[in-house]
Amino acid sequence: MTTTKERETIQWQFKERLSDDELLNCMRCGFCLPSCPTYIESGFQESHSPRGRLAVMKGVVDGFIEPDEDVERSLNMCLGCRACEPVCPSGVNYGHLLEEARDVINQNKKHSLVVRTVRKAVFKGLFPYQNRVQAVTGLLGFYQRFGLQKVAHKSGMMKLFPDSLSTMEKVLPPVPSLKEMKNRPSYLPAKIPVKKRVAFFSGCIMDTMFMRTNDSTMKLLQLAGCDIVIPSNQACCGALHGHSGEKNGAKELAKRNILAFDELDVDYIITNAGGCGAFLMDYDHLLKDEPTWALRGKEFSKKLKDISSVLIELEFDKQMLSLPDQVITYQDSCHLRNVMKTEAEPRLLLTAIQNTEYREMKNADQCCGSAGTYNIVESDMSMKILDSKMKATRATEATTIVTSNPGCLLQMKLGIEREGLSDTLRAVHIADLLLEAAQTSVGEMER
Amino acid sequence: MLSQEIKLKLIQIVGPENFDDTKVGRLVYSYDATPMFQSLPDGVIAPRNTGEVSYIVKLCNERRIPIVPRGSGTNLCAGTCPTEGGLVLLFKHMNAILEIDEENLTVTVQPGVITLDMIHAVESKGLFYPPDPSSMKISTLGGNINENSGGLRGLKYGVTRDYVIGLEIVLANGEIIRTGGKLAKDVAGYDLTRLMVGSEGTLGIITEATLKLIPTPESKMTMLVHYQDIEAAAKSVSTIIANKIIPTTLEFLDQPTLKLVEEYSQIGLPTDVKAVLLIEQDGPIKVVKQDIEKMSRLCVQERAVSVKIATSEEEADGLRTARRTALSALARFKPTIILEDATVPRSEVAKMVIAINEIAEKYQLNICTFGHAGDGNLHPTCLTDVRNHEEIEQVEKAFEEIFMKAIELGGTITGEHGVGTVKAPYLELKLGQAGIAAMKAIKDSLDPNNIMNPGKMFAKDSRKRVVVTT
Ligand SMILES: Cc1cc2nc3c(=O)[nH]c(=O)nc-3n(C[C@H](O)[C@H](O)[C@H](O)COP(=O)(O)OP(=O)(O)OC[C@H]3O[C@@H](n4cnc5c(N)ncnc54)[C@H](O)[C@@H]3O)c2cc1C
Ligand code: SF4
Ligand code: SF4
Repeated sequence: MTTTKERETIQWQFKERLSDDELLNCMRCGFCLPSCPTYIESGFQESHSPRGRLAVMKGVVDGFIEPDEDVERSLNMCLGCRACEPVCPSGVNYGHLLEEARDVINQNKKHSLVVRTVRKAVFKGLFPYQNRVQAVTGLLGFYQRFGLQKVAHKSGMMKLFPDSLSTMEKVLPPVPSLKEMKNRPSYLPAKIPVKKRVAFFSGCIMDTMFMRTNDSTMKLLQLAGCDIVIPSNQACCGALHGHSGEKNGAKELAKRNILAFDELDVDYIITNAGGCGAFLMDYDHLLKDEPTWALRGKEFSKKLKDISSVLIELEFDKQMLSLPDQVITYQDSCHLRNVMKTEAEPRLLLTAIQNTEYREMKNADQCCGSAGTYNIVESDMSMKILDSKMKATRATEATTIVTSNPGCLLQMKLGIEREGLSDTLRAVHIADLLLEAAQTSVGEMER
Repeated sequence: MLSQEIKLKLIQIVGPENFDDTKVGRLVYSYDATPMFQSLPDGVIAPRNTGEVSYIVKLCNERRIPIVPRGSGTNLCAGTCPTEGGLVLLFKHMNAILEIDEENLTVTVQPGVITLDMIHAVESKGLFYPPDPSSMKISTLGGNINENSGGLRGLKYGVTRDYVIGLEIVLANGEIIRTGGKLAKDVAGYDLTRLMVGSEGTLGIITEATLKLIPTPESKMTMLVHYQDIEAAAKSVSTIIANKIIPTTLEFLDQPTLKLVEEYSQIGLPTDVKAVLLIEQDGPIKVVKQDIEKMSRLCVQERAVSVKIATSEEEADGLRTARRTALSALARFKPTIILEDATVPRSEVAKMVIAINEIAEKYQLNICTFGHAGDGNLHPTCLTDVRNHEEIEQVEKAFEEIFMKAIELGGTITGEHGVGTVKAPYLELKLGQAGIAAMKAIKDSLDPNNIMNPGKMFAKDSRKRVVVTT
């Protein structure tokens, strides 16, 4: 419950922080409606559509309605997948408005003591420190040790935990040992004549729970002809903070990253998680109130590239890639597609793998419902979306679903588990699959 | 406000999950695609079938509660803005394609079906439903019928009206009637089907419709003709038609529109020309080729600077899509866009285009023009800002002048977007007092308590376009 006083503050801050021009820019044509997963899965409720949410935000700004529970509900139900942006002819920056609105609501919400403690531990004590993320070795353990299960759905911590903990146990990758996590390289040379010098953005969760995928990514870069610098003073991208209404924390992290990558003299900064990539892309917007930082943020984002797009540029798809006979399908990472505008490259790479058949699934561009904490907080809606996704996957008769973001990967694994398909269907990160394909063909040549 | 008793009754009819009177629930149905109009309904209701619609209407008729039927709310005349409160009635459950009859070439739908979904469904059977409003990816057939929507293919194939052959209607007293049917001919009594088409929800609620289909044309060609002179482009339109060619599509876009559309679509539209015509022809391949050749010759005669024929379906589709996004793409430029829909006889298009530019000049306004030139239906669109009250007043005056000019040229105040709230004050311009009285008589006898979308079509007071009810 929010008090009248809280509502007034929220209303006032909406007015201050949500760009009036941006809100007016929505001409309410409704062209975004068919692309919005929550609009469709809610049975076509306008309050769960982009046009509706923009109207709600504007309604609060104009003082037409109060920011009550239903306002919060409408905004919370949004996946933040930003599928509504590329289809909007007016170019409404929906994502920015949403983030601002959520930040205001979160900052003004009186969380219970327990939730406040957890949020503080997570956002101020954990993610800003990579060594602590490592120390938490396997977030599952962390959960149990701190007895957080009960409040999990209220904290921002649940970012990467789909559905119930029991199913989750099955889908989490084997966590590397602390020693392995501490012992990360800072430079790796190209394996063929050097074509590019790149920096690798390792990410907090990616470099712990998904460390193997990070290793695959770097091996691919080496094979494609990249010298790789991995600055050890880099930090979590800040998306976890940004999307949970902890904007100040996100800004701190952004600055640390800008500093860490600023003077490396590289051609590109490479990411392998669509979610992080999109947040990094928006650093200039995040830091817009501090013009010099915003400028540096812009320089930073200019260099940003997803692994699949640099691989295509370096013609990795022309190298020998093969795998045992299988049907492959691809689930877009929303942020990779809608914000980083990378949609063709993963598909080009996958179709280049010999012995395999690529089949596009219907609505591959639609969110899988993982969306950060979404699959915990809005479990019902998330599972509805996942069910539709699994139906589309089954229709392709694929044996391998490829994704390009850790959240999506876990969600797809969860979908497989829920449908009892784990014997016939696997979900993999594109970097792991491509490395497998490169190694298989090397193996074949040696034989 | 709805009384507790009425609320309970409504919930009894549709179930609690299909009635909403929360603030947010009402807010999101307080607007449509028309700028500057917003007004909260008292409640929102989503019946699941015709029977439930009938019960709702009966109750509302008894208690004098306004009903605003609403498809996807993409109309541009504030036709679904609940200016007098009441109930917004949604068709989200009534969205099934009931039958595609390949023997009679008809499709029967519920009103909530999305236009493009139906078009895809019939196309998969080799059939063709021509009316294709630019909003078709989200507009509903109920909305199309009630606005009598046109589209890019209107020149050759006509508008929605030409395809509606049967309806199921819930009248304002709650009675359910059926009109027309799968019939090529039917003269049994007044043509109520046609009366309902374009009635904007003011006469009754359409709960089912049977639409006519035709076989898919064998082939299609698309071309883009460039002009350095707007008048030359407009002139080409009448020349083509005077030469007895009726192309499927004949669309006009001026330079400012082209620039903004290109910014969004990035498909390589020319931005250094003053205007283009997008022309398409379909039919047997031989005829199509002949027509396209002849039309390009005529355009060049009328001082076109170049003619580009699309070489692939992908390219052609890119051009069509670009044209469809024109309106929303203009919204990038300025916070508020106000578009009009004046329509003149085809022979007068050039005069109208010139008049629009002169009027824009006179009032110092930024007006982009695009539209279905072949239908004489232009969309002069003013880029402005609601917060600039002075300018909005100028806009108002300019558009009034545009209406007058259209009428003077033998045209009308709206070709396809409807009257709604926005043009109600101008209806008399077109119809005269006696015309209004005749229409009013129909309205009064079918809906004596004025519960069906009140405040639309017939103006309460004199001309005043801009009403912001917040
Ligand atoms: C970007 C854009 C482009 C557009 N392009 C075109 C175009 O090319 N051509 C064109 O003609 N229009 C166009 N329009 C206008 C609009 O899309 C059409 O009028 C469309 O038919 C409206 O459909 P809808 O489902 O949104 O109906 P709504 O806007 O929801 O309703 C329209 C009217 O129909 C009534 N209504 C809806 N369903 C029923 C029912 N079942 N029974 C009784 N009354 C009902 C409503 O009360 C209202 O008066 C465009 C709009 C936009 C925003
Ligand atoms: S967000 Fe864009 S696409 Fe959606 S209604 Fe607004 S203007 Fe149209
Ligand atoms: S971000 Fe995704 S869920 Fe949210 S409004 Fe846009 S399309 Fe819908």
